[in-house]
Amino acid sequence: MTDQQTGTKPSHWGRLYNGQILPVVTVILAIIVIWYAGAVYMNSERLIDGYERSKTDWEFSDLVEDSWSMERPILPAPQQIIEELDNTIIDKKITSKRSLVFHAWITLSSTLLGFAFGTLLGIVLAVGIVHVKTLDRSLMPWVIASQTIPILAIAPMIIVVLGHLGLTGLVPKAIISMYLCFFPITIGMVKGLRSPDILQLDLMKTYSASNNDVFWKLRIPASIPYLFTSLKVAVAISLVGAIVAELPTGAVQGLGARLLAGSYYGQTIQIWSALVVASVLGMVLVWAVGIAEKLTLRRMGGQS
Amino acid sequence: MAGRYDPVLIIFMGFSLVSFWFPVGHDGNDSVTWWFDIRAGALVAASVLIAGIQLYFRVTNLTFALFVTLALILGVMAPLLAIDTLRTDGYEAIGLWIYVAGLGFLAWRAMAMLSKAAEFNRLISFAVPALFGLWLLYLWQVVTTGFGVPSVLLPSPGQIGDAIAANGETLYADFYQTVIKSVLSGFVFGCGSGFLVAILVDRIPFMQRGLLPLGSLVSAVPIVGIAPIMVMWFGFDWESKAAVIVVMTFFPMLINTLAGLQATGKIEKDLMRSYAAGYWQTLFFVRLPNALPFIFNALKINSTLAMIGAIVAEFFGTPIVGMGFRISTEVGRMNVDIVWATIAVAAVVGSVFYGLLALFEKRLTFWHASYRRAR
Repeated sequence: MTDQQTGTKPSHWGRLYNGQILPVVTVILAIIVIWYAGAVYMNSERLIDGYERSKTDWEFSDLVEDSWSMERPILPAPQQIIEELDNTIIDKKITSKRSLVFHAWITLSSTLLGFAFGTLLGIVLAVGIVHVKTLDRSLMPWVIASQTIPILAIAPMIIVVLGHLGLTGLVPKAIISMYLCFFPITIGMVKGLRSPDILQLDLMKTYSASNNDVFWKLRIPASIPYLFTSLKVAVAISLVGAIVAELPTGAVQGLGARLLAGSYYGQTIQIWSALVVASVLGMVLVWAVGIAEKLTLRRMGGQS
Repeated sequence: MAGRYDPVLIIFMGFSLVSFWFPVGHDGNDSVTWWFDIRAGALVAASVLIAGIQLYFRVTNLTFALFVTLALILGVMAPLLAIDTLRTDGYEAIGLWIYVAGLGFLAWRAMAMLSKAAEFNRLISFAVPALFGLWLLYLWQVVTTGFGVPSVLLPSPGQIGDAIAANGETLYADFYQTVIKSVLSGFVFGCGSGFLVAILVDRIPFMQRGLLPLGSLVSAVPIVGIAPIMVMWFGFDWESKAAVIVVMTFFPMLINTLAGLQATGKIEKDLMRSYAAGYWQTLFFVRLPNALPFIFNALKINSTLAMIGAIVAEFFGTPIVGMGFRISTEVGRMNVDIVWATIAVAAVVGSVFYGLLALFEKRLTFWHASYRRAR
């Protein structure tokens, strides 16, 4: 940008420097370097203890090599995690209980169900709040207050209560996801439904449009961009909800269960690989919502 | 509204009058109606009478809003009286439930009238959500005691209140461990470091272009998952919980502060340059004040994240104190009332934390568009 202002043609280097790719690559490289160095630093204490106990001579290069290939490291090196991922994703059958794909699917299914519930609840609440003044005054403060409560704290409760009522498995987890993700949708949707300004509303009035028409032809289209922004946030939160919901119940399936089992047995590599899969899952979900947003906006005639 | 009969009040009166014909509970082996106790019957009659007066005069000003609220308050006491003194096996006390359903309409009308009055009176605008919350608590109490819901499933608000009173010391210890030690320190470090890095990154655009895409990626990552790792690194005590919170709160703060720093318009920056102001002067006197709404946004998001982070991290191992620990162990022992007491404490603490931030925000960013009179 600055080069264009000065009028000179940017050099290749300048273009790289001012673009996005070089900075991102630099930061990623820095993270990897710090990671490897950190693995050596954090694992060294235990390794040196081990060397001294077995009275072996060691040099720094041994230390580096060993700290990157410990069985239960404090901080595993990236290539160990990749190895574990390779083991548990590609080498295992998808239906196997050891396959991370299987666990990811368990978590994904409750995430998606909870996301669907949450979207529905969020939109219904928003429509109510926008149209009924009493709801705006009475319900809205509680919608906000409900999020200042650490709802995840109720996760074990909800699962116990629903378990007594005969609901087990997917639905209780989905309900926790729903509770977490309806909030951004409600807030975004309320904002979106109120986004048409007075001029536009007045124009609709001069067309003698009914309330229904204003809602379907003005408010709903105006709210779509806000809705999708909220959906991106909500889908990520929904995944968090699904993972956390697996923690307190002692579930044996799902990414949260893998995290918990890994922490019980000190399997650091297992924790890290579950975390990596969860992160990738989160990014894919947000990306998918982004794609849906692009398609919807294009069909609505917007430029994307 | 004047000139037309209020349909909601008619529905309430209809429900209440019908409820006189049905039993509201057992006294011994006989089913009894509202007149089992002259007080209960009088309360019901009084609420119907007040609704009738309101219906007749058809006025909807503040005085009548309070009048209807009074009717509601009198009305809600009758079912409580019935539940306390009678054996209401829930399913057989049809009159009681018809009346409670009718009360729902009365509560709705009271809230609607109050919210209309609230436009002119700020004190009243607090009363509407308060009334809604009280109504939910009341419904919870009446349904759990009326239907005899076992407290293992869902304790009534009364039982939860008893549990809070009986376990004050434990709850305070949990509060101290989780909130004062973990949440506050994690929140301060996380937000502080996010803020400082944002200013650093703002000075070096190269870093900004490198970190921002990664920052938005991180927002899709379930960071709570690092809790077991942090517990391994920093031990069982509060330090590991604070570490989780630091990681969780860092990126929201970073991204929001950066967005806030960029919100300053070109004209303001040019003006500062014409005053020969340096980078830091521009930062402190123009850009940071301008960024305050964004920063407060992050602080408010982070206050919730911090509570969640601390409680979830305690599921992965903790000394024998703390809210997350209490919840996960007492659920196992079926002491659900203590669990709900802990949740209530967490809810109050979370709301107060959020409320304080909102108060500061109002003080410091009174100039912002969102605080000017809304249309």
